[in-house]
Amino acid sequence: MKRLRAIFTRIAGLFDRDGRDAELHDELEAVLQMHIDECLRAGMSPEEARRQALIKLGGMDKVSEAYREQRGVPFLETLVQDLRFALRGMRKNPGFTSVALLTLALGIGANTALFSVVNGVLLNPLPYPNPEQLVILFGKTKQFEHASVSYLNYLDWEKQSHSFSSMAAFRGENFNVTGQDEPERLQGYMISSTFFSTLGVSPILGRTISAQEDMGGGAPVALIGEGLWKRKFGSSPSVLGRTMVLNGTGYAIIGVVPANFHLYSGDDLDVYVPIGQWTDPTFRDRTTGMGMGVVARLKPNVTLAQARADVENVARNLAVAYPQADTGLSIGVLRLKDDMVDDIRGTLLVLLAAVGFVLLIACTNVANLLLARSTGRSREFAVRSALGASHFRLIRQLLTESALLGVIGGALGLLLAAQGTKLVLAAVPHVLPRAQEISIDTHVLVFTLVASLVAGILFGLVPALRLWRTNLQQTLREGGRGTSGTRQRTQNAFVIAEMAIALVLLVGAGLMIRSLAVLWGVNPGFDPHHVLTFSVTTPPSVTSNPVQTRVAMRRLHDAVRNTPGVQAASLTGGALPMDGDNEIPFWLESQPKPANTSDMNWAVFYIAEPDYRKAMGFPLLSGRFISESDTETSMPVTVIDEYLAHKYFPNENPIGKHLNIGLLDLQPEIVGVVGHVKHWGLDGDSQHKIQAQVYVPLNQIPDRFWPLLNRGSYLMLRSSIDPLTLLPALRASVAKVNHEHVIYNVRTFDQIISDSLAERRFSMMLLGLFAALALVLSTIGIYGVISYLVGQRVPEIGTRMALGAQRKDVLQLILGRGIALAAGGVILGSLLALILTRQMRSMIYGVSTTDPLTFAGVALVLMLVATAACYIPARRAMRVDPMTALRYE
Amino acid sequence: MGQKEVRQGTLALMVLKTLESMGPLHGYGIARRIEQISGDLLSVNYGTLYPALLKLEQEGYIVSEWGVSDNNRRAKYYRLTRAGRKQVEHETRDWEETTEILARFLAPEGSR
Repeated sequence: MKRLRAIFTRIAGLFDRDGRDAELHDELEAVLQMHIDECLRAGMSPEEARRQALIKLGGMDKVSEAYREQRGVPFLETLVQDLRFALRGMRKNPGFTSVALLTLALGIGANTALFSVVNGVLLNPLPYPNPEQLVILFGKTKQFEHASVSYLNYLDWEKQSHSFSSMAAFRGENFNVTGQDEPERLQGYMISSTFFSTLGVSPILGRTISAQEDMGGGAPVALIGEGLWKRKFGSSPSVLGRTMVLNGTGYAIIGVVPANFHLYSGDDLDVYVPIGQWTDPTFRDRTTGMGMGVVARLKPNVTLAQARADVENVARNLAVAYPQADTGLSIGVLRLKDDMVDDIRGTLLVLLAAVGFVLLIACTNVANLLLARSTGRSREFAVRSALGASHFRLIRQLLTESALLGVIGGALGLLLAAQGTKLVLAAVPHVLPRAQEISIDTHVLVFTLVASLVAGILFGLVPALRLWRTNLQQTLREGGRGTSGTRQRTQNAFVIAEMAIALVLLVGAGLMIRSLAVLWGVNPGFDPHHVLTFSVTTPPSVTSNPVQTRVAMRRLHDAVRNTPGVQAASLTGGALPMDGDNEIPFWLESQPKPANTSDMNWAVFYIAEPDYRKAMGFPLLSGRFISESDTETSMPVTVIDEYLAHKYFPNENPIGKHLNIGLLDLQPEIVGVVGHVKHWGLDGDSQHKIQAQVYVPLNQIPDRFWPLLNRGSYLMLRSSIDPLTLLPALRASVAKVNHEHVIYNVRTFDQIISDSLAERRFSMMLLGLFAALALVLSTIGIYGVISYLVGQRVPEIGTRMALGAQRKDVLQLILGRGIALAAGGVILGSLLALILTRQMRSMIYGVSTTDPLTFAGVALVLMLVATAACYIPARRAMRVDPMTALRYE
Repeated sequence: MGQKEVRQGTLALMVLKTLESMGPLHGYGIARRIEQISGDLLSVNYGTLYPALLKLEQEGYIVSEWGVSDNNRRAKYYRLTRAGRKQVEHETRDWEETTEILARFLAPEGSR
């Protein structure tokens, strides 16, 4: 207690210093007077009395100094003093200060920005209660690593497993909302009644779906997102009980879901409806996944391993009960967070390492600047030391200065990061999972503060250590020039290190650029230019039965086809190249029907009209494509791709053979073979397990699938001009057919391909940015060192020139030094890069991590830039006038 | 003159004890009193005394206020607080113990 009190009064002692000093002065004056009085009483003369009293008191100044030290907190006072001094020094050297601060702000800013991404995506727990209990369940078969779950299987998993306190199903779905206003397209989820309780999320208004509502024949109810609630209902609480017409059915609104709720989707969802009410036969087919996901909450104290053992048991039981559907199907369990972020983790860590390197270069640069400055200041230190400042005191001063630089640089960096993060996220949307959770929170602030202080102390330590070793008195005698030999060595080492790190980053960026160049050169198997695709739904008023739907779709197709500028158009369903997947099992006519689904052959499945091939622009290799003569009543036909032809008909002509497509109850005849389309993306196609592709005529899709087709079909068209310019005309044509048609999800294929490379572009962009930063910083570094070198060697150069050296020789001397440093950096950096780029293996494509072209190109660029940076001071050296230089000595 | 400086760590107790026996006293008085009691064997350095007074004040053992001295000079008077009184007792006990222990060490071998 008394200690605390003493600390408080001492801190209070920092303030009102002048008042307290005056009081002390009065008090000491009184003591002095009393002494004088006594001496006078003892019979001394007034002068003698005063002299004696002063001796006794021992010097007023010394007493006050000792008193002051006890009064305040000397540590704090020194700190304040050092800070003031540092600030004054910074103001006096605006050039040095701004370069140092800018360098640090860039270095720390880049690090803060990336750390805030890593923090939001990888480190922070998911925004649900007890998020570590949340897991995702999925199917695993020979063909599928991560398959969606069939609804019937989900119901059995929920019933038969014991490790979960609850389990829920969800499936993305789009809804047409019609009625009051313009028809609109809403994104939503079909969910089981357990969905929100499993995640631990409560609606902000109303209630969630009940178990009774989550089954066939239940009352149609829906929850809406807070965004839609605001947009469409003005956040009115009376929204509960109102009816919204979704896909032609009236749903009663029972609750509002908070806007910050996200699961996998990056966008805010608008609608949630009960999944159990969907009784479509395909959805209720145990062999079919239909894109449904399952999330579950582990019971407390149940481990992931226990849960896995539990579901393995469930899968075994189900395989016995439903051999046809569930043989070969095992159940995967992953933590929800891992499932969301595992794919991006490696990339982010590589980027974090890269940006750490940038900070290292920034620190090295500032250390070099400080070093140059501290040599200039060695006279100042010598004088201060002569006046009684200890080494410790001077080093403390230096460290305070550099820490202050670090902290101010960090604060500026934080501002940069706040803007930079937004820009980067906007430049490459939808690359990062959990992007909406990225923000500058306390973790990020602490990170920045620590980074700033550590950086400040790190680069401040170098000149401080130098000072430690210097004999300051010697310096004073030398006229304040300081010891330049060792300093030069340190600077050289720094420049080589900077160059080496810059090279590593440039190689990384170079490899990414090469990968993307390779990828852009990959033939996708079709001609993506001038191809447009959009989703379209026909309104319920004209699709009450399959016959009507066929007619409505036909009219839609014709309207699009007849829009001026459109060269070919096709309605399509099933899979969409590089975007949506859809696979079906099949077996050959020469084969007996396999006993279960996972023993079947699988192919990517496209529904097409005759003009599909023209619209996509892929080649016909033999036979014919789907034609107008393939109708619902004619013989069922199919077209296969060259991969299927080679794999399943290696030594025979597939044309005229039949495939069994059990799911569609079709046994179509193969009438043509077309080129393989890189369905799984330019980079991933060849690694994918399912490569074979089949095309089935839209007309021949059995009636029972038409309600599904109506939910998810696209139009694909090729135009003579930029297809996006056709959009207004297309909307008008479609609206003429029926004003309730909604066109959405409009994209060109160029865009789809570019999106499929978005993650690589994100990496390339950031690595490129970091590498450019590293290049600039290290160029400044080498420029600074060579400039300094020239400044130091002016007399020497003058002497050389006086002795007959040519300008050329001088240029060679200086440039040679710069090139030697750069070359040292390039060699060291190449070795480092050979080791480090291995971590990038999953990020690059089509080039080796040791790609000689990249290494050579990058080394050349770095050497050229470094030489150019050295040329400027070298020219200055060349122009040294020997007379002037010698006179200085 | 053969005078010694006050030994480190003992000054605070001397000040407290002085204030306990003499009542409120100014700095000059405290110094003189300590020197007198020591039979002029000790010399009090103001550079040590004033920081010590400040420290005692910060710890709450003494308080100070301005007053007027016997011969009509304005001076700052220091007075013991209750906490100060306790501290005197406490420190006195401590000191007695220490000296007793030390005395045993310093006593001739035989008398142990």
